[in-house]
Amino acid sequence: MNFAQGQFSMLGAYILLVLFVGVGLPYWAAFLASIILMAGFGVLFAGAVYWPLRNRGQLTVIISTIGASILLPNAVLALYGPSPATVPTLFDNPGFMAGSVFVDTQYLSIIAFTILMVILQYLIFEKTMLGKKLQATSQDKEMAAMLGIPVAIMVLITFAYSAALGALAGVLVAPVLFVSVGMGATIALKAFAANIIGGFGSIPGAILGGIIIGLAETLGATYLSTPYKDAYGFIILLLVLLVRPQGLFGELIAEKA
Amino acid sequence: MSTMEPAIVAPEKLAVIPAARWWRGLPTAAAGLVVAVLVAAVAPGHGYTLNIIMQAATYAIGVAGLVVVLGYCGQISLAQAGFLGIGAYVQAILTVHAGVPFLIGTVAAVIVCGIFGLLLGFASLRLGGHYLAMVTISFQVILTLVMTNWIGLTGGPDGVSGIPRPAGLEDGHAYLGLCLVLLVGAVLFTWRLKLSRLGRAMQAVRDNEIAAGTCGIDVFQIKVVAFGISAMLGGLGGALFAGAFSYVSPDQFTFDESIVMLTMALLGGVQSPFGALLGTFTLVILPEWLRFLREAYLAIYGAAVILIMIFLPEGLWGWAAKRLYRRAPVVEGSLPPLPLLSQTAGLAGENALEVDGLAKHFGGLKALDGISFNVRRGSVHALIGPNGSGKTTFLNVISGLYRATSGAVRLANVPMGTLPPHQRTKRGMTRTYQNIRVFRGLTVLENVMIGAERPGNDVRDPAAVVSRALSALDFVGLRHDASLPVGSLPYGHQRYVEIARALAGSPDLLLLDEPAAGLNSTEKQELSELLRRLKGHGLTILVIEHDMKLIEAVADHITVLNFGRCIADGTPREVLSHPEVIAAYLGEPVPA
Repeated sequence: MNFAQGQFSMLGAYILLVLFVGVGLPYWAAFLASIILMAGFGVLFAGAVYWPLRNRGQLTVIISTIGASILLPNAVLALYGPSPATVPTLFDNPGFMAGSVFVDTQYLSIIAFTILMVILQYLIFEKTMLGKKLQATSQDKEMAAMLGIPVAIMVLITFAYSAALGALAGVLVAPVLFVSVGMGATIALKAFAANIIGGFGSIPGAILGGIIIGLAETLGATYLSTPYKDAYGFIILLLVLLVRPQGLFGELIAEKA
Repeated sequence: MSTMEPAIVAPEKLAVIPAARWWRGLPTAAAGLVVAVLVAAVAPGHGYTLNIIMQAATYAIGVAGLVVVLGYCGQISLAQAGFLGIGAYVQAILTVHAGVPFLIGTVAAVIVCGIFGLLLGFASLRLGGHYLAMVTISFQVILTLVMTNWIGLTGGPDGVSGIPRPAGLEDGHAYLGLCLVLLVGAVLFTWRLKLSRLGRAMQAVRDNEIAAGTCGIDVFQIKVVAFGISAMLGGLGGALFAGAFSYVSPDQFTFDESIVMLTMALLGGVQSPFGALLGTFTLVILPEWLRFLREAYLAIYGAAVILIMIFLPEGLWGWAAKRLYRRAPVVEGSLPPLPLLSQTAGLAGENALEVDGLAKHFGGLKALDGISFNVRRGSVHALIGPNGSGKTTFLNVISGLYRATSGAVRLANVPMGTLPPHQRTKRGMTRTYQNIRVFRGLTVLENVMIGAERPGNDVRDPAAVVSRALSALDFVGLRHDASLPVGSLPYGHQRYVEIARALAGSPDLLLLDEPAAGLNSTEKQELSELLRRLKGHGLTILVIEHDMKLIEAVADHITVLNFGRCIADGTPREVLSHPEVIAAYLGEPVPA
């Protein structure tokens, strides 16, 4: 588990900002470059934050990634300043009317990318040997190593992949949310909450969890009290954890005596 | 129950063992108080420097709380600033709006925090690791939202101002003195806690929850208590913080501050309140010197957390303490004999354990499929069978780690029903594990003391517990290694520590799960010797083992499992010549 996952999105969005607005690359090139650069950053991250601690227990790694989740946004803050920036959308057309509802193109592209990534992820993890090896590594490193799986490379691939995915999320929501150093924390906590509600390791669970949190916040803000908008998702998270800690779709893994 | 006091080693000899010294800490306490008063007298009575020291002192009390929950009990809490906030707000609201005296406000703050801490502790019922981290983050975020938005109660983003100090202590020197004296108290309390029975139980939970449960520790209760104590220390720190600055606002107690407090604890060393003290004062004072870093101070905290975890996992204090550590001397002189037959022996029928139709299914897999046999009191009963025949599952069901699908287990005629592991241990069974489960953060002696502290055992006060633990270590031949960290012993000796831990609880029934696994032939010989001595004392033992030589040497009775079923039960001679047993082991068909 990586508490700095949301910061990957923040960094991805900032790289997009720097390459597109600062360097002047074409949008699509900046878009791709930020995802590729973040994949590389994921490898660095794994080497610095995870690898030295891999044999020292879960708590150590959790604390270390929490440290990273504080370091990254504040480093960006020190370099780039606190003011949020806007990023243009992927398509020039802002949206269209479907009946009486305005449909934003950016939201459509987010949904399209999400569906694409879910399918891609399913194919990688369930249909390829690489996916099987990655899953084996995540479940039991020792056993995976004994079966000849290069565990170190698998771990690096996992971090590169998750950083790239985080960056994709960051560049996609950047036009909607503005780019700010705080965006990582918001994304991370909510994504994490969605993941727990749905059940770790379950993609449909994560999607459902995300929908539940979104609905809870919107409905809560509308019908209960607006200032507490951010609290509703967490309250649902606490309830789910207390009643069904493995999440809606998760499996309970008991420690073997 | 015997009413006689158990025999113990002479107290003056035991005084070399820290946990057995009642006066331990008194000289430090006196020195601490003198320093507190001196600092309060010498520090400036107002202004910036005073504020810095005051902030460090009140924070350090909260960080000592993190030492309890994270350092001792191994449960992550990212809401400690939130508890400081609750304490500060309770103090502020009560003293400013309700006109309550400062002292009562402080007590209320500690109590309210304790209640919130217990509630948060309940979340740890089935959660650990990142789930628990997430719960504490959620709690922290919700708290900040409430402080900011419940304007009627908290004053919203403007906070509460005009918080009074206690009558007679309004002066800067006097109030700082109060804070420092309470800080000394909090540090000493936390320090003594580590050496107490409760503190040992917390560390056992941290190091190995499963083994803690089968040592008779109520794991859940200990975690909840750790959260409660941690929150109360946070509340005390917060209540003093409110008086120190006479003003509270939501931005003083955010998630970022919780991270800062975590960094303080980790930097100083999360295993000791002295580390908390060191870390807090360092991180409060250092940024004042490194003012040019002000912009990036959180980035540096974040980097510091990672670097500490990698290069200084024990923190500054832990690093120094390890180099200054002196091994406690060996307790000299004769030890009282280990009372191996517990007080209830001979009272309850001829069978120590009765198993009736016991089944355990994992989904479609019938790991245990209707097992029935009895373990006679005073016998050594061996449970054998090929790999995967259900032996370890059987032991896990008996000791309460797994819930049986059906069937009954009776210990000395008492049905075990669905009792959790610690309740079964309380009723007289102790066990060891195939993959050794010792408490790695503790010394050999402390490991065995946890065994002696089994609820239902006849020893209570610390000196008697130490004495009993030493007797158990003497029995397995490790008395001279008592003050070593358990992880520094060779594998075979760690197994003996585990056996000593089980013996120190004076069990009615000892369960051994493959005690010879991983031992070399000399060690196996010693183990066989040890088991024979135990048998000579009349202790009832149920042992799982593969090593036939060992079984033949010690067993009175053998039960054979195969595919979750009992295929033979009888004396060694009967069982080992049983055709089905031979078939199960050699893979030959059963002769018709």
